[in-house]
Amino acid sequence: MHAAVITFPGTNREGDVAKALQQAGAKVTHAWHADYDLPAGTDLVVLPGGFAYGDYMRTGAIAARAHIMDAVRAHAAKGGYVLGICNGFQVACEAGLLPGILMRNAGLKFVCRMQHLKVVRTDTVFSSRYAHDQVIKVCIAHGEGNYVCDDETLVRLERDGRVAFRYCNADGDIAKANPNGSRNAIAGIYSENLRVLGMMPHPENLIETLVGGTDGKGLFESLASAA
Amino acid sequence: MKARVIVTLKNGVLDPQGKAIEGALKSFGLEGVDSVRQGKVFDIELSATDKAKAEAVLKEACEKLLANTVVENYKVEVLG
Repeated sequence: MHAAVITFPGTNREGDVAKALQQAGAKVTHAWHADYDLPAGTDLVVLPGGFAYGDYMRTGAIAARAHIMDAVRAHAAKGGYVLGICNGFQVACEAGLLPGILMRNAGLKFVCRMQHLKVVRTDTVFSSRYAHDQVIKVCIAHGEGNYVCDDETLVRLERDGRVAFRYCNADGDIAKANPNGSRNAIAGIYSENLRVLGMMPHPENLIETLVGGTDGKGLFESLASAA
Repeated sequence: MKARVIVTLKNGVLDPQGKAIEGALKSFGLEGVDSVRQGKVFDIELSATDKAKAEAVLKEACEKLLANTVVENYKVEVLG
């Protein structure tokens, strides 16, 4: 698995996600927002967390129109893998790779804390190392993580099994742990072909017991073992 | 040519910032404020001298970047 990690002005999690991928056995190359082409042999594009372009106007909006994003859209259109984490999820939505938008948290506060998630399906390239309905503990750190889409899109996402993760409590109860007001407690969604994943939580933070746990490793190990 | 683009949230889209502003206005006792929805204004200078051409440029700007039409409406005003 050869991953290209994209850095925009204001991205700040590119190092962490690169480490998580390398630790899992993937090859990582860094790419710059002003590039026109992805590194040769890219299997997976990673849009990392941060505050691209200072979150000006709408989160992810300006980054979604950067030069490299044309190459990312072409990569996705050919069936290539894309992973957007936190700000990268916002960029992926603004770039049209995923439906919907991430709005200001319903509680108006930036939320930075540990958070349990339920893994909804385990038959994708991102989730094969997890168990069905497994509850994992990762972390969240965002001010705009409130997933919004129209009713029709929500019905389609649910019907087609495109919800990747939902926020829940330690017991897996999704009714009591929505940190930001997201519709149906959605923490992450897939594209129609299940090859693009956008998620607000940070699995790349949870890859060492020394810093809080290893529940994020499964995602990177799933990817690394895929190709 | 000068123009103004106004971007507002669609009806029914949760606007916690608007709610907070509304709460602040009400908290200092301002009478008669029923509700607040917040949005954005862009003042844009254009090289076009033709109004129709200017409107076409602005529409493209809105569709491609200034508004996210999943949750936002936009209005273009060419001020001349």
